[in-house]
Amino acid sequence: MLSTLLVQLLTGLSGASSLFLVSAGLTVIFGVTRVVNFSHGSLYMLGAYTGWSILSRLPREPLPFILGVLLTVAALALLGALLERLLLRRIYAAPELLQLLFTFGVVLVVQDATQAIWGPNDLPLPRGRWLRSFVEIGDARVPLYDLILIAIGPAVLAALWLLLTRTRWGTLIRAATQDREMVAALGVDQKRLFTSVFALGAGLAGLAGALSLPDGSANLQMDLSIITDAFVVVVVGGLGSVPGAFLASILIGVLQAFGIVVLPQATLVLVFVIMAAVLVVRPNGLLGRPQAIRENPASTTLIRPAEPALRWLGLAALILAAAAPLFVGPFLLSVLTEMAVAMLFAAALHFMMGPGGMASFGHAAWFGLGAYAAALAVKGLALPMTAGLLIAPLLAGTAAALFGWFVVRLSGVYLAMLTLAFAQIVWAVMFQAVDLTGGDNGILGVWPAQWATDRLVFYWLTLALCTAATLVLRTILYAPFGYALRGARDSELRAAAIGLDATRLRHAAFTIAGAAAGLAGSLAAFSKGSVFPGFIAISRSVDALLMVLLGGVQSMAGPIVGAIAYTGLFDLLLLATDQWRAVLGLSIIVLVLAFPQGIAGTAHRLWLRGKEA
Amino acid sequence: MSITRRSALAAAGLLATPAIVRAQGNTPIRIGEINSYTAAPAFTLPYRNGWMLAVEQVNAAGGVFGRKIEVISRDDAGRPPDAIRLAGELLDDQKVDLFAGSFLSNIGLALSDVAKQRKKLFVGGEPLTDAMVWQNGHRYCYRLRPSTYMQAAMLVDDAAKLNAKRWVTVSPNYEYGQSVVKWFKLMLSQKQPGVEFVGEQWPALGKIDAGATAAALAALKPDAILNATFGPDLTNFVRQGNTRGLFEGRGVVSVLTGEPEYLDPLGEETPEGWIVTGYPVDSLTDPANKAFIDAYKARFNETPKMGSVVGHALIASIVAGIAKSGSTDTEKMADGFAGASFDTPFGKAAWRAQDHQATLGTYVGKTALKGGKGTMVNWRYVDGSAALPSDDEVKKMRPA
Amino acid sequence: MKTLAVTALSRSFGGVRAVDGVSFAVAPGEMLALIGPNGAGKSTCFNLLNGQLRPDTGTVHLGGRDITGLSPRRIARHGVGRTFQITATFASMTARENVQLALLAHHRQIWRFLRPAPQHHAREADALLAQVGMAEQADRAAAILAYGDLKRLELAIALAAAPRLLLMDEPTAGMAPAERTALMALTRDLANQRQMAVLFTEHDMDVVFGIADRILVLDRGRLVAEGTPETIRANPAVRAIYLGTGATTGGH
Ligand SMILES: Nc1ncnc2c1ncn2[C@@H]1O[C@H](COP(=O)(O)OP(=O)(O)OP(=O)(O)O)[C@@H](O)[C@H]1O
Ligand SMILES: [Mg+2]
Repeated sequence: MLSTLLVQLLTGLSGASSLFLVSAGLTVIFGVTRVVNFSHGSLYMLGAYTGWSILSRLPREPLPFILGVLLTVAALALLGALLERLLLRRIYAAPELLQLLFTFGVVLVVQDATQAIWGPNDLPLPRGRWLRSFVEIGDARVPLYDLILIAIGPAVLAALWLLLTRTRWGTLIRAATQDREMVAALGVDQKRLFTSVFALGAGLAGLAGALSLPDGSANLQMDLSIITDAFVVVVVGGLGSVPGAFLASILIGVLQAFGIVVLPQATLVLVFVIMAAVLVVRPNGLLGRPQAIRENPASTTLIRPAEPALRWLGLAALILAAAAPLFVGPFLLSVLTEMAVAMLFAAALHFMMGPGGMASFGHAAWFGLGAYAAALAVKGLALPMTAGLLIAPLLAGTAAALFGWFVVRLSGVYLAMLTLAFAQIVWAVMFQAVDLTGGDNGILGVWPAQWATDRLVFYWLTLALCTAATLVLRTILYAPFGYALRGARDSELRAAAIGLDATRLRHAAFTIAGAAAGLAGSLAAFSKGSVFPGFIAISRSVDALLMVLLGGVQSMAGPIVGAIAYTGLFDLLLLATDQWRAVLGLSIIVLVLAFPQGIAGTAHRLWLRGKEA
Repeated sequence: MSITRRSALAAAGLLATPAIVRAQGNTPIRIGEINSYTAAPAFTLPYRNGWMLAVEQVNAAGGVFGRKIEVISRDDAGRPPDAIRLAGELLDDQKVDLFAGSFLSNIGLALSDVAKQRKKLFVGGEPLTDAMVWQNGHRYCYRLRPSTYMQAAMLVDDAAKLNAKRWVTVSPNYEYGQSVVKWFKLMLSQKQPGVEFVGEQWPALGKIDAGATAAALAALKPDAILNATFGPDLTNFVRQGNTRGLFEGRGVVSVLTGEPEYLDPLGEETPEGWIVTGYPVDSLTDPANKAFIDAYKARFNETPKMGSVVGHALIASIVAGIAKSGSTDTEKMADGFAGASFDTPFGKAAWRAQDHQATLGTYVGKTALKGGKGTMVNWRYVDGSAALPSDDEVKKMRPA
Repeated sequence: MKTLAVTALSRSFGGVRAVDGVSFAVAPGEMLALIGPNGAGKSTCFNLLNGQLRPDTGTVHLGGRDITGLSPRRIARHGVGRTFQITATFASMTARENVQLALLAHHRQIWRFLRPAPQHHAREADALLAQVGMAEQADRAAAILAYGDLKRLELAIALAAAPRLLLMDEPTAGMAPAERTALMALTRDLANQRQMAVLFTEHDMDVVFGIADRILVLDRGRLVAEGTPETIRANPAVRAIYLGTGATTGGH
């Protein structure tokens, strides 16, 4: 019994070391550059593939192994530096989180590039004898490599600690983590600092990737399967804190190892439950410090209702959309239906993210809950479709109100990650409650009511509801409530000084955004005739985020333009080419470079400039 | 392939062309095809080669009643809603006569539901879920591969012979995994009363914590293990199990592991003596298999995988169905497919009338290590019809 | 009754006693200046009064009611207006909208979801802006206003709630000397008209001695002198502090 516990503990600790290696690089990069680097998982995957290419050519002895791993680290560090210099450097001035969009483009490109270079099959690294040996504890065996990993974690922690505290470079990094503007003011070459930090982070990702090889293979799923866990560790530890990431890794690794024994199904959500619990108790993670209140860059732009010209343009677009079925085919009609739904979904996220100042990584939770509510209403309770469309926003809004109570007390990336945690918990419930929801097979046969089965009718219904709901959101944003919400985002100090209750305002905004997303979800359910846990998956939350960022967070036009552009791009590329991921990724990268304020934001600026000239 | 895609895009262009009036004469028969090409390339790319080869062979032989066949293929990105939209595109814009494909069970079921709603024929290739032909089965849906029920049924005889009392299971936490475990437990308990299932592991698909999983299973000291993991999860699990001695002196029954897609990555770590379903491609010498393997190697310069066989058989099964129906009219095909028999690399198979499941079987054998590579030995072909429940039972599960 | 009564207020940061046993009171219509060298604890004192910080010890009474330790929002609701040393305004809004939002909050009309906010209290907002000399700037974005104008805007925002007590932390920083006197003269008038108590800090001694009814002198958190401008001017302790630090004007 005792030996079983010890074995499970050691296994957990070695898992923790692996987690720490990936997260350490991510937290260092975030701490200094504030870039939410989605492509960190891709670097990890490239580390594994590069490591495989090198190590499978070397003898299977310990020394060549170490050498190969170091070579991999160097290669990835170089790649990270290149990535920073060629791409990320161009958009540091852009609004917060825009870099996220950028790094997501990189993720897509790397997926296709990796498959093109290394092929679709998993690449296992043959293990030398020493990698297969073990130590006996009682009658159980612990792999020697687990023990090696357990030692590597603290060793890397110590090395990073020395680097950060005992070198001038490290001092600068720590200073930059605390106050980026100040370091710039001190005349330090910030560009070189950022490049080197990226190289360090990418090198660590490469290390983690290469060291994962003896336990498995280099494969194309590695990037996305690691990235959320890495973010969870970084956030639980406290953004930018390397020791925090270490502690969080141990917490998660060990709880995971024992969680598997106690409740095997929990593997779906355990890390997210841990994160939610930690964030509710410690809003800045285990070792994170409250972030210095920085001016929200979004808040320095004057928000104006659209000029008459733009309103006419919007009206013209709406008329065009309404008349579209007369001259587009059925497929484009289905794309247009998706666009309408996406528009409301993105507008809902924009509502809380732009004026509310609360970015969410889990907005699909409310979209999915709306979809499930509608599906269960018509399938389970045999209610009419209209009832489903009514219940969906109510239920999604209620759930958002419940979860929101915790969420709105946080800020920035912590807030975003707590929404992600809740979304994952909702996802897991829907996934696991097979009897009610059909699990991953979803609920099928959720087709519209008789009067709306005609695709034309359903399209018009969707367009009308989504447009109306989006206009309601817009009306709220320009009403006193919306101004107060935006005021609380612009300046918490001032908001409190005139008697505004920022927390309550945000809570209400969160609830409204949830309800609106719920309505979008229910329409998606009826248009697809089915609901799946995928409606709540991270990728769908990311979709919404991409749409808002792509369009621009500054105005209502942003999410609308973003939803249309992203949905159109995705749907058509998927049809047009096998390499849609690379093309989509490159398109995103180009769009960000061309429209650093988002498509709508930048276009609007150019238009204003044209008017002044 | 790429040509059909380009033209697809053009056709989906901004303006809808008025429906082209096609003479039934010698215009090609259009088959829509949807699969997770980017989400699961290791399986679906060989699968695509398989159906491409079949299309070429059918057309070279003159097609079906004088009409060539044309496949219009789509990538669903692994997402059911996208698959549903693309099914609409294939049916409405591409005017395909029927549609086929899919890898993931939830996409297969979603497409089957589209078929039901639109009253168009859907032929599922790879999805293993039983629901497709039973609980959610309907007139317009056929499915080719042996289902999770059939896979379990094929393995259970050998499993019972292990005479093991304490079993544990490890299975990915989604419908396929849940279904395998459910059937296996049920069937083994009937075959071998007194058998005990003492523990379960449910790793999340693609995210197995292999060390902890293996350790947790080892701690239960089972006599035998049922495994349903595959892909990278399987590789990780096998390595941890090997190092920790989890498989030593224990019987292991493992679904799908003998398929080259999943066996090859195990390489020299392939555990010996596992009872598996799969495709012993390197030791098949019968004429049907050999002809397919040779043609495939000649065309693509690589050894076929299980996916290749499924892709190839999918086209053969559709062609046979259309030929028997004598028409591409949906209602005629929905009736006419039933009972149609077709040749596959594994031999003859047929579409069952009672549940629209094909009788294509699979190989059951044991894993072995030869020259640093995993392979299957002592294998035998189990025909699908031998692994299906009685017609009465099927009737009970399938809605009228 | 005094508008504000503070007794034995203290607050330390780590080892630093930023405010150390300070007691004073302000009467309706009275302008009380709080002066002292940089780091004396003036802003900390303000933060304790409006709830930004919790005092370690001591009490704050407003109009006889204990408001110690309440949140800034509550205290604002009780009629305390404030301008900040480092201005805090709503940067995504125009000057007028800033004031309109303050008016909406004051009239408890925030939880309205239909009629656009800019259609509420526009005239009242313009009047307030005109009062502080910002009529011309009403339509400009707060984000692009000059520092002095931001200070004025803050004053207009604070006045929108018709406060009983106005706390002004360096209200004239960033203005030319003539503007400073004019603005403080305006505040003086408003204090008289509305019987509003004003507590302000200021580094410009001409302004302080010209406008204030009474002056408090703070040094390293302690109250070292209190009295009319004349008595303070004559106080040797005050002279020592100021000569010691060499600062009579400026600061931040
Ligand atoms: N949040 C804080 N944390 C730690 N120390 C603080 C904090 N706020 C103020 N202090 C310290 O308290 C002391 C008083 O600061 P305060 O800002 O109140 O001075 P001040 O009189 O307003 O100065 P100035 O004229 O420069 O505005 C200073 O030593 C300051 O460093
Ligand atoms: Mg101060």
